[in-house]
Amino acid sequence: MPFIPHTESDVREMLSAIGADAIETLFDEIPQALRVDGLKGLPPALSEMEVTRLMETRSAGDATALNFIGAGAYEHHVPAAVWQIATRGEFYSAYTPYQAEASQGTLQLIYEYQSMMAGLTGLPVSNASLYDGASALAEAALMAVRANRKNKSQRILMPASVHPAYRAVVRSIVSPQGIELVDLPFDAAAGRVDPAALEAEAPGEAAALVIPQPNFFGVLEEADALTDWAHGQGMQVIGVVNPVSLALLKAPGEWGGKGADIVVGEGQPLGAPLSSGGPYFGFMCCRKEHARQMPGRVVGRTTDADGRDGFVLTLQAREQHIRRSKATSNICTNQGLMVTAATIHMALLGPEGLERVAAASMAHTQNLVERLAACGCEPVFSGERFHEVAVRVGGDAERVAAAMAEEGVLAGYPLGRDYPELKDALLVCVTETKTGADLDRYVAALEKARAAS
Amino acid sequence: MLIFELSRPGRRAAAQAPLERAETPVLPERFRRTRRAPLPEVSEMDVVRHYTRLSQKNFSIDTQFYPLGSCTMKYNPRASNSLAMLPGFLRRHPHAPEAQSQGFMACMHELQEMLQEVTGMRQVSLTPMAGAQGEFAGVAMIRAYHRARGDTARTEILVPDAAHGTNPATATMCGYTVREIPTDASGDVDMEALKAAVGPATAGIMLTNPSTVGVFERRIREIAGLVHEAGGLLYYDGANLNAILGKVRPGDMGFDVIHMNLHKTFSTPHGGGGPGAGAVGVSERLRPFLPVPLVERREEGYRWVTEADLPQTIGRLSAFAGNAGVLLRAYVYMRLLGREGMPRVADYSTLNANYLMARLREQGFDVAFPDRRATHEFIVTLKRQAKEQGVTAMDVAKRLLDYGFHAPTTYFPLLVPECLLVEPTETESKETLDAFVEAMARILEEASSDTETVKTAPHTLSNRRFDEVRAAKALDVAWSADEAAAG
Repeated sequence: MPFIPHTESDVREMLSAIGADAIETLFDEIPQALRVDGLKGLPPALSEMEVTRLMETRSAGDATALNFIGAGAYEHHVPAAVWQIATRGEFYSAYTPYQAEASQGTLQLIYEYQSMMAGLTGLPVSNASLYDGASALAEAALMAVRANRKNKSQRILMPASVHPAYRAVVRSIVSPQGIELVDLPFDAAAGRVDPAALEAEAPGEAAALVIPQPNFFGVLEEADALTDWAHGQGMQVIGVVNPVSLALLKAPGEWGGKGADIVVGEGQPLGAPLSSGGPYFGFMCCRKEHARQMPGRVVGRTTDADGRDGFVLTLQAREQHIRRSKATSNICTNQGLMVTAATIHMALLGPEGLERVAAASMAHTQNLVERLAACGCEPVFSGERFHEVAVRVGGDAERVAAAMAEEGVLAGYPLGRDYPELKDALLVCVTETKTGADLDRYVAALEKARAAS
Repeated sequence: MLIFELSRPGRRAAAQAPLERAETPVLPERFRRTRRAPLPEVSEMDVVRHYTRLSQKNFSIDTQFYPLGSCTMKYNPRASNSLAMLPGFLRRHPHAPEAQSQGFMACMHELQEMLQEVTGMRQVSLTPMAGAQGEFAGVAMIRAYHRARGDTARTEILVPDAAHGTNPATATMCGYTVREIPTDASGDVDMEALKAAVGPATAGIMLTNPSTVGVFERRIREIAGLVHEAGGLLYYDGANLNAILGKVRPGDMGFDVIHMNLHKTFSTPHGGGGPGAGAVGVSERLRPFLPVPLVERREEGYRWVTEADLPQTIGRLSAFAGNAGVLLRAYVYMRLLGREGMPRVADYSTLNANYLMARLREQGFDVAFPDRRATHEFIVTLKRQAKEQGVTAMDVAKRLLDYGFHAPTTYFPLLVPECLLVEPTETESKETLDAFVEAMARILEEASSDTETVKTAPHTLSNRRFDEVRAAKALDVAWSADEAAAG
C-alpha cells in the first residue's frame, strides 16, 4: 500500500484498542444513503517506475523550442544550489512557521528575504509573499483603498500599459467589493503613460495610481513625474516592478519627491523556473506607516526568554486566523518555498551578479532590436526599454509566431491578443540566457516565416 | 548569524552570473538606480552552508511526526517532486503554443477528471493557487450565480463558529456580511440556529465536513435541503477531504461548489507556508462561472478554455494558469495511489486518529466530543489541567517539541477551550503513534511533578519562548546596512 506502513497485526491491535471490529465500523456516523463504494472511475495504481516512464514521455514533447517569450514570465539561469537546497526536506516538508521555536530556519530565511526585498525596492517593510504578481497587485489595490484616509474614493487608476492578465486578475478580485478600475491610455508613440495628459484623462478623486516599471511592453514609465502627480492629487502610488530590473533601475522608494507607497511584483525572475506559469510568488513592500494594513504573513525579529535573538510571525492581528471577517485579506497559505528559492538565488547572485544578469538581458534585447531593424522590423514604441520589446513583424503576428514555432523558435507574445491595434506586433524578450547563435536562429526563423506569408 | 553578516565587499559566487559585464544602452539618469542594491556579497559555499544550517533548525515531516490538525501533514512522496521537475516541465513557458504543450496539458486534464471523480462534482478548475483563493473563487461563483439571476437581495454568507478563519475573511472579500452559526453540544451545526438564520438574504453557507471539530456532520442532507429551499447555495471547504476519500463525496452530499487543498489531501509539500493549490469543483448550475483557464480535450488534442468560451466566468485569479508545478505533484501522487490506494487514505487516516484518541483517553486526557467517532482528527481539551495544574495547551505543545514531536494545532477551533487538534494522517506507523502517546503521558505526569519545566518549555531547541509583544511593538522586519553600521 503506497505510503501506508500498517501491517495486518498493527491493524488488529489498533482496532482492538479502539474497540471496533473493522476499519469500516469507524465510518458508521456517515449516513448510509450518502456512501459510495470506492472510486472506480480513477485509473489503477502505478508503481513509481511506471509513473516515471509516463511523466518522462509527457515532458519530453514539451518545451523543446528556443524561447523568446517573456510577457510576465522570464527565463533566467537558476543556480543548481537554489533548488537543491530549497527541496531539502526540512524546507520542503515543513508547515507554516507558527511554532516559532521549531521553525527558526524558515523564519530567519523569510526575515532575510524581507530584508533583501526592502533593499531592492527602497521601501522598508516587506511581507513574506503573496501568490503571484497579478494577485499581489489586486491585494495592493485593496490595501490602498483601506489606507486611503485623504478621500473616500474607491477608484484605482490603472494604465493600459499594465500587464493585461494582471488587470484581469485585479478586476476579478476587487470588483466584488465595489472598487472601480479606471483605464488610463498610454501614449501610442512612446508606449507609456504621458504625465502631461493625466489631468485630462483622469479627472476626479482616486485612491491610487498604478505605475508599472517596466510596463508590459518593456518600456520605462516616467515614474518620477507620475508619482509626483499622483501625490499632488492625494493618491497613493502602487508600483508594479520586475525585481531583476531593480538592479539597474531607480528603487520605487525613491520615485519622485516622496517615493511609491506600495510596491508589488512577480518574484519569478528570482530563481523560479518558467514551469508553465507557476508556482511563482508575489512580493509586496510598503512604507512603515502602512505595515498594519498589509495582507499576508510578516516575520519580525525579537528575543526569547534567555534574551537570545530569534524570529517570529508578527502583526498577526491583521490575519484571517485571528481577525476572521475583519482581516486585511483571506490569504493563509502563501508561496513559502518559492521565497526560499528566491532568497538563496539573491544571495548567490549578490549585487554584482544581479546587475550583470539585468545588464546582459538589456543588452541582448538591444542586440536583437538592431538585428531586426536591419530586416525592416522596427520597435513599436520609442520609449526607453529594459529587456523586452514590442516589434512590428510586418503581418499578422499570430501567424508569424506560429510559423516560427514550427521552426523551433517561440518568437514572442502576439500583442493583438490584448491590443487590437497591435495585431502586427510581437512582444519579444531576450534574457542573459540567449547567445549570439540563438539570435541568428531567431532572425533566420523570422525571415523564413515572413517569406512564406 | 544573518547572511548579511557573512558579507564581505567584493566576494562573489562568480559562476552564477555572466562572466563579463554587458554594455547596455545608457539610460537617462531619472531611470537609474542611485545606490547599489544592498544584497549580501558571499561565496557559493557560504550560501550553501548558511541555508543548509538554517534548514536544520526546522521541524519537518521528513524529520519529525507533525500531527497538525486540519493541515494533513502526511509524507510527501519524493517522486512527485522529481517528476514535476523534469526539464520539459520546468522549461515550458506558460504562453507556449498548445501544440508544444500536449504532455503538460494531458496531465492537467486528467487531474481535473480525477478530482471530479473523487469529489462527485461536475467540473473542476485548477487555477486557484491556495485554499483561500479557492474559497474566493467559490464564493465569487455563488455571487455571480445569484447576480446572473437578477437576485441581488442576498447579502449574507452563513459560517459555523468553528470554521477556519479563511471562511469569514473570504465572505468579506466577496462583499458579503458574515452570519455565524453556533455548534451544538455534540459537535454538529445547531439546527435551530440555522433555521432561524436561513432566509431570503442567504447567499450561501460555507461548511467543512468532516467539520473542524473532527466529527462528521450527520445532518448534512437536512442542512442542504434547508439552504437550497431558501435559495442559497452550499460551499464545501475541502480542508478535511482526506478523511472521506472513496467513502462519501461532497457532490453527493448536496454541495454546489467546493475547494480542495491539494497540499493537504493530495500530498504536495507545504514548503514552509506554500505554495499550495486550491482547485475548485462545481455542480452543473455553477459551471458557467468557473475561473479560467481550464483544459479541454478535443479530438485534435488538448486546448485551453478561456473567457471566449466561458463568457460568464468570474475571470482570472492568476497571471497564467495557477500553480502548475504543484498540480503536477498532485497528479503524480494520484497516479501512484490510483483507485485502489485512494480509499485507503480515508481508512488509515481514520484508523490512526481513532487509535490515537483511544490511547490518549486511556492515559487520562479529555477529548472534546467523547461520544463521537474521530474522523481523521480529533480534539483534546486541557481545560481540566489548565484549571487544576495551571498547564495550558500552549505549554503542552511547547513541551512536545522537547520530545521531538511537532505540536498539534493549538487553540483552534476557537470554541473548545485549551484545545489541541490532532491529525496523525495515514502515513504514520503504530510505533510513531505509540511514542507520541508515551510523550503525552510523560508531559501529563510532569504537569504535576515538574510544572515549571512544562510551563517554560521548550528547553532543547535553539531558542526558548519568544517575546511576541516586543516583536509587534518594536517592529524589526528587515536588516538594514545603515542601522547595522550605526550599531
